[in-house]
Amino acid sequence: MLAFTLRRAIQAIGVMIAVGIIAFSMFRFAGDPVNQMVGMDTSGAERAAIRKSLGLDDPVIVQFGRYVGNAAQFKFGVSYQFRLPVTNLLMERMPATLELAICATIFAMISGIMMGVYSALRRDSWLAHVFQAVSLIGISLPTFLIGILMIYLFSVTLGWLPSFGRGDVVHIGWWTTGLLTLSGLKALIMPSITLGLFQMTLIMRLVRAEMLEVMRTDYIRFARARGLTTRAIHFGHALRNTLVPVITVAGLQFGSVIAFAIITETVFQWPGMGLLFVQAVQNVDIPIMAAYLMMVSLIFVTINLVVDILYTIVDPRLRSTVSRAH
Amino acid sequence: MSVGRSLFAATLAGVLALAVSPASSQTLRYANQGELKSLDPYTLNESTTSAHLGHVYEGLVARGKDLKIIPALAESWETPEPTRWRFHLRKGVKFHNGDPFTADDVVFSAERVRAKGSNFQSRIPADAKVVKIDDYTVDFILTSPNPILTALWATWYIMDKKWAEANDAVAPTPAAATTPSYASLHENGTGPFIIESHQPGVKTVFKVNPNWWRKPEHNLKEIIFTPIANPATRVAALLSGEVDVIEPVPVQDIERVKASPNATALTGPELRTIFVGMDQARDELLYSNVKGKNPFKDVRVREAVYRAIDVDLIKNRVMRGLSTPSALMVAPEIFPSKDFARPKFDPDAAKKLLADAGYADGFEVTMDCPNDRYVNDAAICQAIVGMLARINIKVDLLAQPKAQYFAKVLKPGGYKTSLFMLGWTPDTLDSQNVLHDIMGCRDDPKDPNRGEANLAGYCNKQFDELADKVLVESDSSKRDLLIKQAFELSMKDWAYIPLHQQALAWGVSKKVKLTQRADNMVMLYWATKQEE
Amino acid sequence: MSEAVVPHTTEKRAAAAPGRFRRALDSDLFYSFRRSKVTMIAAGVTLLFFLLAIFASVLSAQNPFDPAQLQLMNSRISPLWTADGQSPFLLGTDEQGRDVLSAILYGLRISLLVGVLGVVLSGAIGILLGLTAGYFGGAVDGLIMRIADVQLSFPAILIALLINGIAKSVFGNKLDEMSMLAVLVFAIGLSFWVQYARTVRGSVLVEKNKDYVAAAQLIGLPAPVIMLRHVLPNTTGPILVIATINLALAIITEATLSFLGSGMPETMPSLGTLIRIGNGYLFAGEWWIVAFPGLALAALILSINLLGDWLRDALNPKLR
Repeated sequence: MLAFTLRRAIQAIGVMIAVGIIAFSMFRFAGDPVNQMVGMDTSGAERAAIRKSLGLDDPVIVQFGRYVGNAAQFKFGVSYQFRLPVTNLLMERMPATLELAICATIFAMISGIMMGVYSALRRDSWLAHVFQAVSLIGISLPTFLIGILMIYLFSVTLGWLPSFGRGDVVHIGWWTTGLLTLSGLKALIMPSITLGLFQMTLIMRLVRAEMLEVMRTDYIRFARARGLTTRAIHFGHALRNTLVPVITVAGLQFGSVIAFAIITETVFQWPGMGLLFVQAVQNVDIPIMAAYLMMVSLIFVTINLVVDILYTIVDPRLRSTVSRAH
Repeated sequence: MSVGRSLFAATLAGVLALAVSPASSQTLRYANQGELKSLDPYTLNESTTSAHLGHVYEGLVARGKDLKIIPALAESWETPEPTRWRFHLRKGVKFHNGDPFTADDVVFSAERVRAKGSNFQSRIPADAKVVKIDDYTVDFILTSPNPILTALWATWYIMDKKWAEANDAVAPTPAAATTPSYASLHENGTGPFIIESHQPGVKTVFKVNPNWWRKPEHNLKEIIFTPIANPATRVAALLSGEVDVIEPVPVQDIERVKASPNATALTGPELRTIFVGMDQARDELLYSNVKGKNPFKDVRVREAVYRAIDVDLIKNRVMRGLSTPSALMVAPEIFPSKDFARPKFDPDAAKKLLADAGYADGFEVTMDCPNDRYVNDAAICQAIVGMLARINIKVDLLAQPKAQYFAKVLKPGGYKTSLFMLGWTPDTLDSQNVLHDIMGCRDDPKDPNRGEANLAGYCNKQFDELADKVLVESDSSKRDLLIKQAFELSMKDWAYIPLHQQALAWGVSKKVKLTQRADNMVMLYWATKQEE
Repeated sequence: MSEAVVPHTTEKRAAAAPGRFRRALDSDLFYSFRRSKVTMIAAGVTLLFFLLAIFASVLSAQNPFDPAQLQLMNSRISPLWTADGQSPFLLGTDEQGRDVLSAILYGLRISLLVGVLGVVLSGAIGILLGLTAGYFGGAVDGLIMRIADVQLSFPAILIALLINGIAKSVFGNKLDEMSMLAVLVFAIGLSFWVQYARTVRGSVLVEKNKDYVAAAQLIGLPAPVIMLRHVLPNTTGPILVIATINLALAIITEATLSFLGSGMPETMPSLGTLIRIGNGYLFAGEWWIVAFPGLALAALILSINLLGDWLRDALNPKLR
């Protein structure tokens, strides 16, 4: 158990080092950082001075070491656009993204599980077919189209929900939350649904398949033979058994949700990390791009590690067979 | 005016302000397409940034609703001799941190604005001396007369010497700063609003300054500024009442905004002139298939390009009627255009001119264009690409965000363009600025700043002589005649292709009353909002 | 040909491998295809889209990529059946006088081209790496699969955006339309290879211990030949499923990149670019500029997804 956890942790560190190399190469080689920083009539001597002050004359390996060292302390340099430390910018916007991602995941899980259970239990009802169709549309309509449609319908035509931003936020320490104000909650609805739709589809399909599978097992047949009510069988036994994989998938997908927030945040002008990243790509702001990559990887790797460890705790069989299909 | 009387007047004004101000004060939410990146007032010379900072900082002078220069931190001024300007400062003014405003701050700001890293160095001539006479009198001693010294000062904001020294902010924050500075994250002005919180690119909150020396014309308690880059989202936010003021409204949405029950669009002519330029300086174009020579050096080719562009069609289709085709490189508000006619659109003549110049089969060239700076900029460029295609000039369009566009085509980037579109509002609101900055010869050893924004590299010594005469001529009718001659000369040379003055369009909630200024600076200290 | 010298038992298998797919098409696959009306419609629609894209230049009223053919005079005309409609602009025109129908057909061409090339590239990379990893095993396998693990945790859109940003930074904004197309293909190709690699590696691991591979090795066939001619055909089914589903994903990715402004430029718009342009005119009541490209994109992805779903079920023996 300990050996397994250790191996996973070492792997996670390996991944982070790989990402660090990529981020560093972007920072160092994709476009000369000096050229990006200066602009207004800077002389060659000044450029050389800046080059020196940034340590760009040192051997690459030294520079890489410094970059990783700084990154480990969450120092990613200064944004070319904002002239502010990238870390501050990212930290300022992280609550917005995390809150959106969490709300989207909760929405996806609740509606996905409900729709999945229903369509497993009532396979041939018309509503189950509707859910099937919704799930297909959920993966076929690009996120940005869904966002545009929702804004047009609910903000512009009906005027029910805000079309952009987070509404009023409350500061709790360095964290900001929109969950405590009415306008903040209203602002969360459309972006969460837009972002969660894809995951909802995924979870619904998974729950449906798992439920159908579990319902066929002996275990349920025994439960039925014991004379338990249908309700108790469905929800007490069948559903409970499907929840483990569902939560695992939702956990593993959380990283994707954060990354897909890039699109949702752009459509709804949500002031999160994703919007910052898109603007950075458009303005070739390499420090932000590199830092975002590192930050998101860290989140991914941490989640994967936690899921791995939890998994082995929940399911002892896995302790021996390490490889887990993703 | 004695100290006592002015104090009394100030107190009276304060009492009156209390008496007339509405019972409740309001929060105004404002969205602009651009972000407020740095709070240091000397970092970026760009009108939107200057407008934002104009709510917290003030200059010695300001521009009124009609753009006339009016007194601000300087109560009055005189020119005892042509090279000496004397400014009498307003007394009893306090910075937001409580420091009193004195002559020391003016002297400090004059040094800081001219220091290395400032983007506003041209506000005060480099060789001018700024001398403190007493706490409330400052002299500006020039080496040569300058009748329009204060023309650029409405956006030269005065900073607090003591505060800057205490916070290591004596040096201006350069736009290329590698480390953030205190002054770029904090403000300490004298203006009507105080920045309460500033999240660059997300939100900035301005709280009213209760100790402002002027009587407020607004009834706001705070302004919440949010950048919304996406035009559709910006309009949606206005229509659904989430924001009260937006700038700009995309031209295609003006009708819709006007038709909506809770908002309207304020439109008017803007002073900015949009024009097209052709590189006529290089011996070979940077981006073209013509090698060994530069087709744009041939005046016939320049005329052909001019005549191939149908500005009226651009006005009707791309600008939806909201532009004023222009024969001049300045707006009619800056110089009357009645004596000038725009050469007629004539594609057949254009083809013939090209053939005469030896380009009957046309040629290929790359056009640079911003896509987030001017009204429908990329769409105008696309339309021009189509029009030039019809006279066989195959244009490859490179439309990019303004940051990269400017970095490439402006002076620091080495004027790397062969064909481009640019917009220009003379900060001085005077033609001389255009004659000097845009149409003057580059690389003038006597005047290195001449032709600084002359991306086309147009150069005619005779023209420069006229421009120099304009600078020192104080008789306005003679001056106008010189300006007219200069413009005529440049038109004969087919130096530039002025397209139009774009319309400015602000979206304003029906609850808000607001003054629109033709320089497109949104000044919310003239806004009143109905009670909610 | 090499089959001639391969011992009898192996010859049968090897010969059967390429034929298996065709046989499946003749029998099971085709049968299940005929049974599902939805699938038939989806296949029809997909085929139609491909044909429309291929024959775009014949079917279009104008070439929307040629600025000389765009008449600003004809801008913002509403669809033909509305009061202000004008022939020949069936679905109306946009701001530049671009015929929306022609723009969709040409945009479809871009979207499908990027999608198909992206899928081919990612398939090639994935198959190559999967074969290498599975066949050689050991350290090579470990390295490739670790890279796959890392990459799998990053969504394709993020990787594609990064590649795009780096390309922009390296080449500046000098990228013309065709090189932008190449960047997109490259970005998508590098984002989607993992699934192929894993699948191929899996079946290589199964197949490589079988007798026929041992026999082929014994007679001295080089490794690449064994892998490509004998092992690979066994994975055709799963690869086809992945390719179909990835085609839909690649098209969405391209559209999303273009929508975010990091894809095809406005002078050579793909469906995503058209939607981004049209989005700006939605409030002005000029809905057709965004609605039809959006509809076309959704229909295209939906039908490919339906095909992919069916293919997966049809090739999965468990579900038969």
